[in-house]
Amino acid sequence: MSVWQSYRLRLQRKRWRIRAFRKRRDLTLVKDRTAGLRDEDILLFSTVRNEEVRLPYFLDYYRKLGVNHFFFVDNDSTDGGREYLAQQPDVSLWTTPASYKRARFGVDWLNWLQMKYAHGHWVLVVDPDEFLIYPFCDTRPLRALTDWLDASSIRSFGAMLLDMYPRGKIDEVPYRRMQNPLEIASWFDSGNYSIYRNQRFGNLWIQGGPRARLFFRDDPARAPALNKIPLVKWDREYAYVSSTHMLLPRGLNLVYDEWGGEKASGVLLHTKFLDTFALKAQEELDRKQHYANSAEYKAYAASLASHPEMWCKWSEKYINWRQLEILGLMSKGNWA
Amino acid sequence: MSTVGIIMLVHTALDRAEQVIRHWVANDCPVVVHVDAKVARKKNDAFRAALSDLPTVLFSRRHRCEWGTWGIVAASQSAAELMLDKFPKVRHVYLASGSCLPLRPVKELRSYLDARPRTDFIESATIADVSWTVGGLDEERFTLRFPFAWKRHRILFDGYVRLQRRLKVRRKIPDGIVPHIGSQWWCLTRQTLSTILQDPGRANYDRYFRRVWIPDESYFQSLVRLYSANIESRSLTLSKFDFQGKPHIFYDDHLQLLRRSDCFVARKIWPHADRLYETFLNDAASAMKGAEPNPGKIDRIFSKAVERRTRGRPGLHMQSRLPHEGWENGFTAAPYSVFEGFSELFEDFEEWLARMVGGNVHGHLFAPERVEFEGRQATFAGALSDSPQLRDYNGRMFLTGLIWNTRGERQSFQFGPRDSQYITWDMAKDPNAQISVISGAWAVPLYQSNRNFAEIRAEAARLQKIESDHLALLRSKQAKAKVRIWTMADFIESPMENLQAIIDEITAKAPQRLIEAPRMVNLDGFPQFLQNLKNQGMHPYLMGDFPNGSEDRNKPQSRRKPYVVR
Repeated sequence: MSVWQSYRLRLQRKRWRIRAFRKRRDLTLVKDRTAGLRDEDILLFSTVRNEEVRLPYFLDYYRKLGVNHFFFVDNDSTDGGREYLAQQPDVSLWTTPASYKRARFGVDWLNWLQMKYAHGHWVLVVDPDEFLIYPFCDTRPLRALTDWLDASSIRSFGAMLLDMYPRGKIDEVPYRRMQNPLEIASWFDSGNYSIYRNQRFGNLWIQGGPRARLFFRDDPARAPALNKIPLVKWDREYAYVSSTHMLLPRGLNLVYDEWGGEKASGVLLHTKFLDTFALKAQEELDRKQHYANSAEYKAYAASLASHPEMWCKWSEKYINWRQLEILGLMSKGNWA
Repeated sequence: MSTVGIIMLVHTALDRAEQVIRHWVANDCPVVVHVDAKVARKKNDAFRAALSDLPTVLFSRRHRCEWGTWGIVAASQSAAELMLDKFPKVRHVYLASGSCLPLRPVKELRSYLDARPRTDFIESATIADVSWTVGGLDEERFTLRFPFAWKRHRILFDGYVRLQRRLKVRRKIPDGIVPHIGSQWWCLTRQTLSTILQDPGRANYDRYFRRVWIPDESYFQSLVRLYSANIESRSLTLSKFDFQGKPHIFYDDHLQLLRRSDCFVARKIWPHADRLYETFLNDAASAMKGAEPNPGKIDRIFSKAVERRTRGRPGLHMQSRLPHEGWENGFTAAPYSVFEGFSELFEDFEEWLARMVGGNVHGHLFAPERVEFEGRQATFAGALSDSPQLRDYNGRMFLTGLIWNTRGERQSFQFGPRDSQYITWDMAKDPNAQISVISGAWAVPLYQSNRNFAEIRAEAARLQKIESDHLALLRSKQAKAKVRIWTMADFIESPMENLQAIIDEITAKAPQRLIEAPRMVNLDGFPQFLQNLKNQGMHPYLMGDFPNGSEDRNKPQSRRKPYVVR
């Protein structure tokens, strides 16, 4: 990488930070409970829109992992999600009616809040339908992982998005509040992923899984990216570039080994494909607020209408992190 | 009072340190505590106050302990002096840290040491004999100067090392000292320790070791060789290091493992590992068999972890392992077979092969129309799709993924010049690939087809060009696959023998005599077909020499008698 290139990336990073600073005016504070934050707290940042039914389990899951404080940006929910979050004792909440798309799919909002509140903390950035799995997550809390990363001088931790889906039609079983979504969407594709390096930012570009298999089989280049770096020891100088797929400075994107070894990594179980999805897809099509003119949602709507089952006979049923490790979807690295 | 004294170096998790100190004291061992000078005064005061009820806990002069620097040795020295001075009954001094946890009842440690009153337990090996040094500095640890902290001033550290190398500066090692290194956690006898501390040449040694890199792993380890009569070169503290020289950390889920290790003390324990502290600080719960320490199983687990981090799983490409070309440590996970021209020459080759070798036998996986999985399924292991676009979007990952997803099951597939050629070079370089080629057999389907001859001629020219490039790759110097190439003419001279050789290699463990041959297509007019191509100006050569003529001298007998009786 030339000096010139790294200088340009530096400028780009500054630009994203200035943009985030400007977008702060989109946000209206609903509830600020940051006064009691301690230096060692693990923070979670998320954007939500009409996902009230998912929130109770989501909060419960991450509280049990050991997240100490939640930061939410509510994008104009109308389902009571905002009121629900405002009542939670460990949640700070902002709301905005502004365009999700023009805030670069929420990245600007969260970049701003992280710049302001997350300096020096371990930060987890996930959507309400994403559940983090990491090595030993059944016996060790998240703090064990972050302590180990600290001791190993590692600043960022990769966790690829793994699309989960039910067997049968995706809207067959309705999702109930507080239910573990994995009880319904318990299947996944274990080995049909494509990985390329992004030379510019140094991150990997992972595509594949059921969405590529079903919705993008003729145009795989447009399939959604599955690489994610959701856990970062945040510094106010950092910025997410595009969702949590990549960050600047680019050293943070190096969550993989290039010389044959395996770094430790996790998985984000993506439980988007529940009965709530069909409704959501229609709504998102009307709003046109998603990436690449909602190409993804158009493809879903078209495919699901004709063939609404994502399951195939080679699908794997989720058991635990060790299963994902053996399948080669994640790795313990040298954490033992 | 006990004959075992504990020196404890603490810098974080003071509450845990206090718990462990109380445990030692309750078992009659005096403790000298060194608190890192970096710990804030308020915290330190509170810590001392909390322990003020224990008369056999003393605090030594504080030094700044930074990893890899002299501070840790200085701290051990001060604490040891205090220990020897104030507790005259102590015979063995045990150096521990605040994150060490005794695994066996203290009285077992005491009786173990009582039975070995003259033995110094300190890991001490000459630098040439160890494999655990990290960072490329082994002998130079002792011949260069290291005034800068590696953790904080990496650039200065590296720069100064380079400068000294360029200037060829070498320090003189003090007379009599032979550099030894080893784990910093030792247990020394009063005799040895006091001789080291009261040596008239100590100032000289200290000055030298002050600028050695990581003196805490070499100061006592080298000096002990001057004075000790009885060195047991191992540490009583179970402490494992990873490939970067960081200690591995123990968590609650290691409980059973630690219990069975029979080690006296383990480090490092994660401060929030409540179950470990509860269990092991409660004497009654942890009575072991009084055996020798046996950390073998823990060793294996940690060395596996290091191997996973440094070498990874062969053939796996995933989100945290994407090796550069040549660094894969195995491009694919298992051996597989590629057959080129066989399904063209034999009508029922796939079925026959499946009967002969088992595993999964696919058609042309890289066919342009679709991925021809075994049984022409729409998806295959790992939920791979039969979409040719998805496959060609990342052909390498398609192949490595297929082999990875089907570990334990032999994969065989057909390949040819009609197929997507994206991965031919990767296959040619892959030692796991067994590639058998009947060159020119792609002409058989053309011969059987019912297309215009002009089209056939053009297609033949195209396929021949592709296959000849492909064969050049297979024959190149860098090719590591097991390659067999026959011209079609050669192959049909003695098909059974050739097939036998391939099958034998696949089923290496249980060679079996072929009793059944695949059915060869009817080649009656094939030589004439080749001649027609020639007559049209296209020169087919990859099939080898077929004698011209309409009489079918070469017509293989096996067509009418597909079963060879033996």
